[in-house]
Formats: sequence, C-alpha cells, structure tokens
Amino acid sequence: MALAALEAATVTYGPIPAVDPVSLELEPGRITALIGPSGCGKSTVLRLLAGLQAPTTGTVSRTLGSGETGMVFQAPTLAPWLSTLANVALPLSLAGHPADQARAAAQAELARVGLTQAADLKPHQLSGGMAMRAALARALVTRPRLLLLDEPFAALDALTRRGLIDDVLALWSATRPGVLFVTHDVEEAVFLAHRVLVMSPAPGRLIAEIPTPADLPRPSGFRTTAPFRACVEHVLSAIDDAAVPA
Amino acid sequence: MTRLAPILFGLSVLAIWEAACRLLAVPPYLLPAPSAVIAALIERWPLLLSAAGHTLMMALGGLAIAAVIAAPLAMLAATSRWAAAALRPFAVTVQVTPVVAIAPLIVIWAGLDNSERAVMALAAVVAFFPLFSGFLTGLTSADPDLERLFDLYQARPLDRLIRLRLPSAAPFALEGLSVAAGQAVIGAVVAEFVAGSGQSQGLAWRILEAGNRLRTAEMFAALVVLAVLGLLVHAVVDWTKRQSLRALGGLR
Repeated sequence: MALAALEAATVTYGPIPAVDPVSLELEPGRITALIGPSGCGKSTVLRLLAGLQAPTTGTVSRTLGSGETGMVFQAPTLAPWLSTLANVALPLSLAGHPADQARAAAQAELARVGLTQAADLKPHQLSGGMAMRAALARALVTRPRLLLLDEPFAALDALTRRGLIDDVLALWSATRPGVLFVTHDVEEAVFLAHRVLVMSPAPGRLIAEIPTPADLPRPSGFRTTAPFRACVEHVLSAIDDAAVPA
Repeated sequence: MTRLAPILFGLSVLAIWEAACRLLAVPPYLLPAPSAVIAALIERWPLLLSAAGHTLMMALGGLAIAAVIAAPLAMLAATSRWAAAALRPFAVTVQVTPVVAIAPLIVIWAGLDNSERAVMALAAVVAFFPLFSGFLTGLTSADPDLERLFDLYQARPLDRLIRLRLPSAAPFALEGLSVAAGQAVIGAVVAEFVAGSGQSQGLAWRILEAGNRLRTAEMFAALVVLAVLGLLVHAVVDWTKRQSLRALGGLR
C-alpha cells in the first residue's frame, strides 16, 4: 500500500500550468529522489503529497494520519523565538503531547542529529548546517512514516552537504520511513535514493524513472564506483533529453 | 568625537543666542535669552513637572485605550479577508484626518467639564492607526513555510495564533508601538490646546497660560519639558522594543 500517491494530478496557478499530469507512488521504506530544473513544479508535487495543497485536476491519495508526515523545507524554517529544543518539540506540542514528554522526545531526537549541546541555543546562534540538522530532527520527532525533503541542502556548502546526506541515510536506516527527496543535484539524488524521478521543465511532468544500483545505505567509496557513475550519466542524459524539445 | 558633536553644536547655538539677546537688547517677551529660560525652568519646576506628569498620563492612557481597541480589530482583520477590507479604509480615514480638526468635536462629546476624557480620547485616536497597522502587518507576515508546518501538523487555530502569528507579529507591533507612543504625546498636547480651559492640568495649558501673560521664557521652559518628555517616552519604548526583540531572537 502506497503511503501517498498522485493520480494524473495537475496544478495550475491562475492561467499558468505548474504541474502537468503527474502520477507517482511513494512506498514505505523506499527513498525517491525527484530531480528537475528550477521552477518545474518539484515543490508543488511535494506539497501535493504532503496534503498541503489540492490538485487542480486528478487525485491525491494519502494513507497517513496526522503527524505521520515529516517535512523539511529549503530553509531551516525554525521559529526564531523558540530555542532549538522547543523548535524540535513543536510538532509534538501541536499534537497535544504533555510538555515534558515532548521535551524528552525532542532531546533524544537532537542527540540523534548530534545537536545535544545546541538544545538551549536560539536558531540565529546555529550555523547553517546545524539549523538544517535541527529542522531534520523536528521532521523526525513524530517518527513519521513519510519524510518529505524539499531541496533541504541547496544553501549549504559542499562539505556540510555531504555530512548531512550521510546523516539522512543513517537516520533513514534506523526507522525506514518512505522518503521523497527533491533536489537539483544529480549525484546527490543518485547517492541518496532507490530511484530517481526526472521532471521536465515547466509545466513539469515525469519523463524518466531510473533505479539506482546497490543497496541503501551506500557502501563506502560508492561515489567512485562505475555503476554509480553510469547511473549519474544516465540521469544527466535524461535531463538533457527533456531540455531539448523532440 | 562624533558623540560630542550634537552637544558642541547645541552649546554653540545657545551661546550665540545668549550673546545676540544681550548685544541686540531683544525684548524678553519676544525672545528670552537661554539664561532666562533656565531661570524660568527652575522657578516653575514643580508646576512644570506635575504638568508633564499629567500630560504623560493622558498620553499613556490614550495609548492603552488604542492598544485595547487596535489589537482585537487587527486580529479580526488578520483572520478574515472580509473584515480587513471592511476596516482598512476607516482606519486610514482616522489616520489622515488632522487631530486638531477632530478635537473640538471630541471635546463636545466628552463634555466640556471632562476635558481629561477628551484629551485621552484624542491621544487614543492618533495612536490607533500605527498600532492597528503594525499589528495587522505582523499577524499576516509569518514565514509561509512555518504556516505550512502548522498545516502539516493540523494545528488548532488557537495554537496557530499563540505559537506562530503573535510571535511573528511582535516585531511589527513593537514598531507600531514606538510610533504610536510618540503620536500619543502629540495627540494629548494638541487636545489640551483645544480643551485647554476648565480644570486642564497639562503642559499645553502651561504654554497657553504663559503666552497669555507674555511670559515667553516660561513658554520656552514648558517647551523644553515637552521635548524632554517626548524624548524620554521614545527612549523607554525603544529600549522595551530592543529587549523584546532580543528575547524573541530577532536581533543578533
């Protein structure tokens, strides 16, 4: 049973089509990367799957309850008036959990992303990478069955980014939620996901579905292996095909 | 050195003023020398201080009334597009109508024997718009992704208000407050001028009374007190604003 699925979903903003019919299913325990040029409607697809937005036509089906979807946005999106701990505890507080339970769970989640020391800091005292880790902890604190990541590392430097990708894989392997990872970085997509979905330029539709080699989490040195390189090339050529009208 | 610049500038202006008054023998009812103003300030100090206190109370009272009215209206306007559209033109109308022009009307409504009510009401009228506008802008300026996060976890409307909208609104509301506080003092003084008879106690009355008797030095003394009062209110509100923003994580 899919966690969330789109069936011929389209979205138009006024007269402008943003998403052409898109159908896709997110399975439990599987990581899907969604890649495409900027402005192709990737974020819109993600919001449809999160249930935050209704499609103009087509259907969205979700088998998830409240708190079973976690989301990380392009920016950390932490509330500046709350401590890091309170930010991570927020989803539980909103669900009506007692304050001490929410704090304890948030503390444990912060420990998992290596931010125990930062619990009492305000968001503006965190570095970009730390803030993203806190956002990841907040998305995971409800133990979601589906995790939606909307280009979460786009604003970070390459090294911080690599560290975070390893962290995401480690966190994923602990609870194995279904993941949709929106990105515009091909290597990141191939490294992180079981399959890569390629979207066309706007209005976006899916033009390729490419499975990635080897099991997740990745063996060490995976980025240098021939199957990895081949898969990256495969995705790149799919993107190039989409850019040139047939 | 730049910190000394305004002091040096002020002192030299005062020195030239003093010298000019003495050398040109300007009549003191026309332009009193700074020394005469200081003398009047000292002589009339208890009276001026109590008048300033009175004006301050009127302004703060008006500010409080305005805040009590503006906050729920802004919340209403923030939650309903319809209410926002309905309220905005009237809020703007209140803002653009000169307070001096409304003052006589308010004085009549308050009753000629209740000049304090009229003064406080007028202070409230001028303080209303910056508070309403700041609050409304703030309430609708929460980070859209944070709004989505609250959608995702199906936050109740009250939680959304308390945990997201109000903290997001605070910096704007505080900015509105700092404008409104200055406006409230101005509104109170203007109202005192219009209502300035009967049992009026404020600084405006001190200026009027001194003017009627051609005691120009005393008028200047009252003006000095008024200016200091304005600066003081501004400083206190500004300090409060900074402290609150720091607590909210807005200032680095």
